[in-house]
Amino acid sequence: MAGVGSACLAVGLLTALYAVGASIRGARTGRSEWVASGRRAIYCLAGLLVGAFAILEAAFLRSDFSYALVAQGSSTDTPTFYKVTALWATQDGSLLLWATLLAVFSSAVLFLTRRSLREIAPWATAVLGVVAAFFLLLMVGWENPFDTLASPPPEGAGLNPLLRHPAMMIHPPMLYTGYVGFSVPFAFAVGALITGRTGADWIRATRRFALVAWTFLGTGIMLGALWSYTELGWGGYWAWDPVENASLMPWLIGTAFIHSIMVQEKRGMLKVWNVSLICATFALCLLGTFLVRSGILDSIHAFGASTIGVQFLVFIALMVAGSAGLIVSRLPSLRSTAKLDSLLSREAFFLLNNLVLVGLCLVIIWGTFFPLISEALTGKESTVGPPWFDRLTTPLALVLVLLSGIGPVLAWRRVTPGALRRVLVLPVGMAVAAVVALLALTSAADSPASLVMFTFVAFVLAVVIQEFGRGARARGVMTGEALPQALVRLAGRNRRRYGGYMVHAGIAILFLGVAASSAFLDQRDARLSPGDSIEVGGYDVTYRRATAELGRDRGGTGAPISLGAVLDVRRGDERFTLRPTRNYYSTQDPGKGVVSRFFEGEATSEVDVRWGLRRDLWLAVRPDLASLEKAIAEGDRKFGDAPTDVQALVIAALADRYRRDPPPAAFRAIVSPLVVWIWIGGGIAVLGALVALWPSPEARLRRVRSLYAARVGRELSRA
Amino acid sequence: MNPARKRKIRLAVALGAALCLAVVLLYTSFSAATEASKPSELQPGRSYEVTGKVVESSVSRDEDRLRFRIRDRDGMESVPVVYAGVVPDPFREGREVIVSGELRGGTFVAERDSLVTKCPSKFTKDEEA
Repeated sequence: MAGVGSACLAVGLLTALYAVGASIRGARTGRSEWVASGRRAIYCLAGLLVGAFAILEAAFLRSDFSYALVAQGSSTDTPTFYKVTALWATQDGSLLLWATLLAVFSSAVLFLTRRSLREIAPWATAVLGVVAAFFLLLMVGWENPFDTLASPPPEGAGLNPLLRHPAMMIHPPMLYTGYVGFSVPFAFAVGALITGRTGADWIRATRRFALVAWTFLGTGIMLGALWSYTELGWGGYWAWDPVENASLMPWLIGTAFIHSIMVQEKRGMLKVWNVSLICATFALCLLGTFLVRSGILDSIHAFGASTIGVQFLVFIALMVAGSAGLIVSRLPSLRSTAKLDSLLSREAFFLLNNLVLVGLCLVIIWGTFFPLISEALTGKESTVGPPWFDRLTTPLALVLVLLSGIGPVLAWRRVTPGALRRVLVLPVGMAVAAVVALLALTSAADSPASLVMFTFVAFVLAVVIQEFGRGARARGVMTGEALPQALVRLAGRNRRRYGGYMVHAGIAILFLGVAASSAFLDQRDARLSPGDSIEVGGYDVTYRRATAELGRDRGGTGAPISLGAVLDVRRGDERFTLRPTRNYYSTQDPGKGVVSRFFEGEATSEVDVRWGLRRDLWLAVRPDLASLEKAIAEGDRKFGDAPTDVQALVIAALADRYRRDPPPAAFRAIVSPLVVWIWIGGGIAVLGALVALWPSPEARLRRVRSLYAARVGRELSRA
Repeated sequence: MNPARKRKIRLAVALGAALCLAVVLLYTSFSAATEASKPSELQPGRSYEVTGKVVESSVSRDEDRLRFRIRDRDGMESVPVVYAGVVPDPFREGREVIVSGELRGGTFVAERDSLVTKCPSKFTKDEEA
């Protein structure tokens, strides 16, 4: 079957190239049969890649170690869920996932636009075909996921234990869907530039795809943060690591794009800006895909030296140069059809928000690539740490949150100061009340930046509530509906608008969580013996007893040994128990003794978190194996040749020994206030995006009507 | 104000903002940066961020402290390191780590919690065990 998979990729490459050729020919000659053929080639490509993906997935499920990829990334004792997802934990497999998603997305957009955008669509097909061909070329030429091994090993290496976390397994497909999704508006923007049809048509056709991409990318980033918080054992959710930054940069520019295209749709302005933004977004998506594979930047994820870094760089450089050249050559057709009437207008504030987002992205690019920049300038490789990022991004984030509250209440074109005052009275009042309450009741004044953020968040939430309230009241008066019903119908009828408000509220809440948890976090590291207590953030934490389990890891990751601790926690009348553990995965390294193998492989912290709306208590344990070292070494010596069931008994005895007589273990306890709101806010934002995305019944009706009208027109002209 | 003048002012404001950002970026990043060094380059009396490989069978623990040796990525010269604080999960002999601190009496004394281990990641092909 591996041969069939390789063939799928090779044929896929030819198909993609054919799609490019046919579409360009169709576009140049105006012959629609070539255009249709190019489009169908993309459908065909999607079929081939889905087939290849299915073959590889089946190999993972069967644990067929004749596939090099399966032998590297999976094993028979890997739980089924992680067997399925191990495919994209490998370099080659993740490329296949990228290409497959790209082909599926391209097919979807080409199918939806098959009767519209007759001039732009063929060029967009060609662009999508080029991107697909690039990824297929990488796989066919250098990183074939269907490489086979001449002598398959009896057992695979298994999936990296750090990745055995539900969030981490869904995170890559989410990110890739985001990256891939942005290729659609990019392709149509290029098509619009080539044909000179730079109106808002291409935006209308691909706006939804941009929003889908934005939603998936955002969800992926949040899942990555969740993984970092609950799996990595250091207790944070964001470290400004190059790989994290790589996913945040396209999201920021994508956010700017989603806002600024509204200005083009409504006012015919910012055309150059919009095409530049989408080209930048897609370039950053490729850069993100490249960064995690290149090893050019030191990262905790040091994704090993790879063979395809140069190819990526060349492709990105060609893409950037090509887009820039195209934009410059089309400048005359990109002139605005309107002018900015007033600085007090929605478009002016959208422009401002765009500048802040782009500024934020530039800061992150600078910091991420600083090691390369400083090496080029001074000859010495230096890095800037998280404090630098925090210091520079905090003011920009504050401005951004404030703008997200003001923007929605402004009208297009021009707002009179009087009208502005009327809509802002209540939100500003709420923000002031929030400051007063925070100063009186909490210690929020200790962190001025956080206090400002809390104020702005209160302001944004008040704006959103006021907008919902005003709309629902007006609708209630006009239709006689009760308020709750009016509220639902209102949002249902104006999905883009009210979905957008929900996103703003969600992001504000997310920032509330970020501000509170980063400024008011309480962290303690301590070595404790059973019976010892520590105090952290008002909690009394007592180490009750040690635990040692064999093959019964709670997370279902298939870890053979889990050593842990039971801790009683008290805060006033609140009492509960937390059970953090540490999983030990065995290594296949023949250089280690038979018993040490079980302890010297990978180990991961399985932290235990008491989630709470007000604060989280986060606990991680690191058992000290020093007291077992002698026994382990003895086991290696005595039971080296013993049958496996005897070795299992030795391991059980060691575990038992740890449980009965535990040495002091190292603990990290963190109390972070409001941290859960990061993910609640993120969830609200995703929900809002879904509301904005959902096609409204009216729009469907309009589409049907316009199609019908077009047909009637054709029939009439024929008659 | 005539439109041409208005455009000019706008352009000046935009350029000014961009310039400010550029200056802030340059200034803050160079003043906040820590130099990445190899273990063989260390001199006493300065703080460094060292990148290197943990030497095989050099790791030992006593009480709170972790002791190990770290060598250049492509060389055998190594320095002893004393470290306290959280040890990242993927920390293993033979892996690449980043740690900040300074050289005191021939030993690299690391700052608390400054140890970063590179993930033997997802995309490495031939990982060392």
